[in-house]
Amino acid sequence: MVQAVQSPREERRAARRRAKAQRKEHGAWYPRWYWPSFATPGTLYLLIFFVIPLYVVIALAFGTVDRYTNPIPVYQPWYWSGLYMSQVLNAAIGDNRFVYLRTFIYIITASVLCVGISYTVAYYITRFGQKRRGFYLALLVSPFFISYLMRMLAWNNLLASNGYINKILGWIPLAPHNVAWQTGNQLTIVLGLIYGYVPYMVLPLYGFLDRIQTSLLEAGKDLGASSVRTFFRVTLPLSKQAILAGIVIVTLPMFGDYYTHNLLGLSPATSMIGNLLDDAKGSGLGSDSRVASLCLVIMILMLLPMAYYLYSTNKELKER
Amino acid sequence: MRGPISWARDPWRKPRLLMFSTWVYLAWSLIPVVFAILISFTAGRSSASMNGFSFQYWHGAPGGDPQGSLFTDPALHSAIYQTIWLSVTTMFIAVPLGVAFAIALDRWRGRPAAGANFLMLVSFVVPEIIIGVALYLFFTHVFTPFRTLGTTPQIIGLVAFQISYPVIVVRARLLSIGPEFEEAAMDLGAPPRAALGRILLPLLYPAIFASFALVFADVVDDFVTVRYLSSNGSETLSVKIYESLHGTPSPEYNAAVTLLLGITVVGGIIIYLAYRRISKGRTGGGAIEFAGGI
Repeated sequence: MVQAVQSPREERRAARRRAKAQRKEHGAWYPRWYWPSFATPGTLYLLIFFVIPLYVVIALAFGTVDRYTNPIPVYQPWYWSGLYMSQVLNAAIGDNRFVYLRTFIYIITASVLCVGISYTVAYYITRFGQKRRGFYLALLVSPFFISYLMRMLAWNNLLASNGYINKILGWIPLAPHNVAWQTGNQLTIVLGLIYGYVPYMVLPLYGFLDRIQTSLLEAGKDLGASSVRTFFRVTLPLSKQAILAGIVIVTLPMFGDYYTHNLLGLSPATSMIGNLLDDAKGSGLGSDSRVASLCLVIMILMLLPMAYYLYSTNKELKER
Repeated sequence: MRGPISWARDPWRKPRLLMFSTWVYLAWSLIPVVFAILISFTAGRSSASMNGFSFQYWHGAPGGDPQGSLFTDPALHSAIYQTIWLSVTTMFIAVPLGVAFAIALDRWRGRPAAGANFLMLVSFVVPEIIIGVALYLFFTHVFTPFRTLGTTPQIIGLVAFQISYPVIVVRARLLSIGPEFEEAAMDLGAPPRAALGRILLPLLYPAIFASFALVFADVVDDFVTVRYLSSNGSETLSVKIYESLHGTPSPEYNAAVTLLLGITVVGGIIIYLAYRRISKGRTGGGAIEFAGGI
């Protein structure tokens, strides 16, 4: 059979007709602009008030100063100068190196402990919560509605030198007495970070563990594994991704955290990178450029966990 | 009595250790907060321990100094109004934007859609201080119709930070609803717009109202973006608390954070009642559906 030769134009028309018919068959037909128009206001908003400000940060970080040493943003990359950026980076391996190191140690310790705590809690509630599940969930959600300020202030009161924690420790023989919690105690800040961020990990982990099918666990037990073995061979490997995602969710805000330290300790011995940024604002001549450079440094440090987060959420969406 | 080894090997034993740790966690996460509320009713001077009971840090001691207690301190009055104004406005701007965004991301495929999704996710995970500082620099160096910082920049910044929350909550709900209901409506002859407004939107109510509550609570508590973009006189209560905490702690701040919690709770109840009213006569409409949205 000889096929009729179509001009490219006719071909395109036919293709369009076919596509339209197909869409009709599948239920709805929407004009092409229909769904994008829903996203336009939000996208424009974020472009103007999120992307452009971030570019301003870059332009200031690589910008110059005028005669009165006021920072001026420079928008053309070919005119950029690395003056402020190199100052900040020099400080990072010089005077401020302990701040950076400390921040990393805090973040790693806090997020590892967060995993331990939240996995235990989420596992217990999914597997053994049964009828009280709604009650447990309400308790897990409640920290989201209690302000961070309030939760930190509570510890501020408890950890005061004449506070209840020291009083309780006083009753226990062999326990340390009159601990100075609020003057440069590393433990306070790590515990504060855990206390602040653990709810953000418990809830997603709970959501994930809840979706694991019990038939898989039963299969494990039917094949003769003990419950401990089933946990280590079935549940834990299945939840690896959720754990990693949870770690990223608590790690990212910690990179910019300055308030935990400010609310709990306020000693230079426990300050974090976020404090460098917060303190740099309004710190005399050229402060805006220093602020911008520090912002950029924090963004660069966050790049790896952030990329992982974006990658894993995309993957999860595709799998569903 | 059994020996410890046979106890450990018993597959039907109750998970007491797990239960114990869970209860310790729950106690640890909530008892300090209860304690902080109690301290606001102390009669003593110290915020480290409870000494007697009084309302002096809420309503002032009779014949005492009006400063140092929450409701009589004139500097805090405008802060309380500012808190409520900012959170209500931000809520009504960010949630509609976010809901539309979420519906679009659920339906729209292709490269631009992936780009919009990327943008939204980045704005979700970037620490708040970065957004606050970036907008501070933006408003003071570039976008200068509001040469002075203040309420408008604060709302703009809060919306930029909060917009991703409704997107994520609503999108999760959209994934669990699936396209079937809408398709059924259109098979029965509903035009797309009616299917969206009369089928999909009511199905999304739990998520939408949960986002309202979430954004409201978050803005009431916010002291990062708001503080960076505030000018004299546009500080909210949480910013005032944050800045005063650097000094000596006083039970007055306990009263102030308790008030913050109260505002959040009252706001949540109002939003929940609105949800009940609007979804009346439909299936669901219960508190569990609402909480499920969060």
